[in-house]
Amino acid sequence: MAVRRLSPDQPRDFAFTPENLSWAKETIAKFPQGKQASAIIPLLWRAQEQAGGWLPEPALRHVADMLGVAYIRAYEVATFYTMFQLSPVGAKAHVQVCGTTPCMLRGAEGLIDVCKRRIAAHPHELSEDGQFSWEEVECLGACANAPMVQIFKDVYEDLTPEALDKILAAIGRGAEPKTGSQIGRKTSSPEGAPTTLTEPALYDGSRLGAWRARFPELAEGGAETAPGSEKPKG
Amino acid sequence: MLLEDKDRIFTNIYGFHDSGLKGARARGSWDGTKFFIDKGHDWIISEVKTSGLRGRGGAGFPTGLKWSFMPKADARPSYLVINADESEPGSCKDREIMRNDPHLLIEGALLAGFAMRAHTSYIYIRGEFIRERERLQRAIDEAYEAKLIGKNNVHGWDFDLYISHGAGAYICGEETALLESLEGKKGQPRLKPPFPANVGLYGAPTTINNVESIAVVPDILRRGGHWFAALGLPNNTGTKLFQISGHVNRPCVVEEEMGIPVRQLIDEHCGGVRGGWNNLLAIIPGGSSMPLIPADLCETLTMDFDSLTKLKSGLGTAAIIVLDKSADVVKAIARIAYFYKHESCGQCTPCREGTGWMWRVLERMSRGEAEKSEIDKLFDVSKQIEGHTICALGDAAAWPVQGLIRHFRPEIEARIDAYKAAHKEAAE
Ligand SMILES: Cc1cc2nc3c(=O)[nH]c(=O)nc-3n(C[C@H](O)[C@H](O)[C@H](O)COP(=O)(O)O)c2cc1C
Ligand code: SF4
Ligand code: FES
Repeated sequence: MAVRRLSPDQPRDFAFTPENLSWAKETIAKFPQGKQASAIIPLLWRAQEQAGGWLPEPALRHVADMLGVAYIRAYEVATFYTMFQLSPVGAKAHVQVCGTTPCMLRGAEGLIDVCKRRIAAHPHELSEDGQFSWEEVECLGACANAPMVQIFKDVYEDLTPEALDKILAAIGRGAEPKTGSQIGRKTSSPEGAPTTLTEPALYDGSRLGAWRARFPELAEGGAETAPGSEKPKG
Repeated sequence: MLLEDKDRIFTNIYGFHDSGLKGARARGSWDGTKFFIDKGHDWIISEVKTSGLRGRGGAGFPTGLKWSFMPKADARPSYLVINADESEPGSCKDREIMRNDPHLLIEGALLAGFAMRAHTSYIYIRGEFIRERERLQRAIDEAYEAKLIGKNNVHGWDFDLYISHGAGAYICGEETALLESLEGKKGQPRLKPPFPANVGLYGAPTTINNVESIAVVPDILRRGGHWFAALGLPNNTGTKLFQISGHVNRPCVVEEEMGIPVRQLIDEHCGGVRGGWNNLLAIIPGGSSMPLIPADLCETLTMDFDSLTKLKSGLGTAAIIVLDKSADVVKAIARIAYFYKHESCGQCTPCREGTGWMWRVLERMSRGEAEKSEIDKLFDVSKQIEGHTICALGDAAAWPVQGLIRHFRPEIEARIDAYKAAHKEAAE
């Protein structure tokens, strides 16, 4: 558990933009009648995005009122879930460095050093220009591409301190550096020549419908059943 | 023998091909779905039982059996909840399914939902997977547009599939914490019983399954439970997405047969251990909660539930964290202990207090700043946490510590000796 408190400095009020309001209504409608509280995390998340990457206290009340839940419930949710930022973050980048063991084994500590040097000595502290902040987070579910960081919606993987340094410099210039693996491999495929999924028959359609032979009721005339056809025979 | 391409289920796991509906159909998805639905609820459950599929979320509970616990006639609605929280350190497979092979999951959700008489399903995805959520939503939208799911779809079983999400809390992967979170609350696990099949989401019958467990279902039905059961080992059947991270030359996610020798897995798909097989120190075989296995036992180790249980460890999510001889094994486990301290939901005292205590002791031990008697004390405390908490996070925190002591006690002792020697000199 971590101690998490709201920032002492808060804006006076918060209201969803018309687009976010209609999005919120659609989201609430995903849940059964009377269960609209289920939408609280998605709505608070949208509020955080609208507010510039952190969740102000008036947004908690705005969302709680929309869902008909007590303010304390929204407060509980905001302080329990660590992706809710309770004080302002860097406008250009809030760098979340994964520090858990698989990333640590491949050099996450070097990435944290880059953040300390480039951004601020301590996590959750704004850089001098207010454009950057950072924190160490727990496993982000990309361990086969370790070490990695997440910056808002995107991840940057297979990093070195130098690569992270360049990415942060680019973001500082207003550029949009390439996301994902920084060593040119596709997602979590092994670097270099593929070790699997090289058989052309997986992709040329020649295997489609072969399973039908297993069912006598499909077998006769099965060949003429187009792939994807939803008409079982017999 | 390695798994042949023809027996792979996840044919677009790296995203080399179109992940959309057209691409998925070209690879065989959504072919004959109605035929299986027409065969009925029980036929599907029986086929999944035949396959021997065991849950891919960590615990390895037989999937078909779990489905059969759902009530057949109940006034309340039934729910299928898909666990896409994927937060166990080392695990990174569900992410690849959702962004690259999402139609396997969507077709699987319909078939599983139908089998359990559920008209509604929620996929609960971890908050950090934002791009994955977008990709999955796009695929769900395609399935709605093509009337494959939704009300009055071509399959004749009304089925709504919604995504919801978390916001950074590992504990929400625990199935009852997930339900709490999905109901809009803090993710604190519920006491069991009652089990979710009786009292789950909104108090209604609910089955929670991992993404991979659901995504393999369409192929099991098409190719047959017997096909799946013939792969792997008895009681440990089928194919599995392995995730190899840490000190290998080419970390990756790869689908292989259950029971593959770990050495073969690492050599064939990851270009070997960094510095060669003899440079291996240990592996953590199933995600961070599973006790590590030292190199000498890895020589003949096969990756399946039963052989790892025999070594007092577990297959978990089949996420393998490799440590070579340059790794600081005490620090590696101390960092895992920190993870569990950070992620404890705080409602049970042994877990809330014990995880922090274990972490602090391990931090000291990693520097040698401890007494040898504390090693037994640490083991003892871990045993007092294990099995004495509401959910298995307590166990998950205790096991890696026990694994470290079981296999690397001399290493901890050597550090204590070195520290004492250095400080004695300094004092003189
Ligand atoms: C602390 C904790 C975290 C868990 N995290 C996950 C997770 O991220 N994903 C998952 O599928 N299962 C996770 N589980 C296991 C689930 O509780 C549950 O057993 C699983 O989702 C069932 O699906 P399956 O039968 O298909 O494996 C976790 C369990 C515990 C105790
Ligand atoms: S074991 Fe830990 S995480 Fe699980 S319910 Fe208890 S305090 Fe919460
Ligand atoms: S440990 Fe960093 S992504 Fe998993």
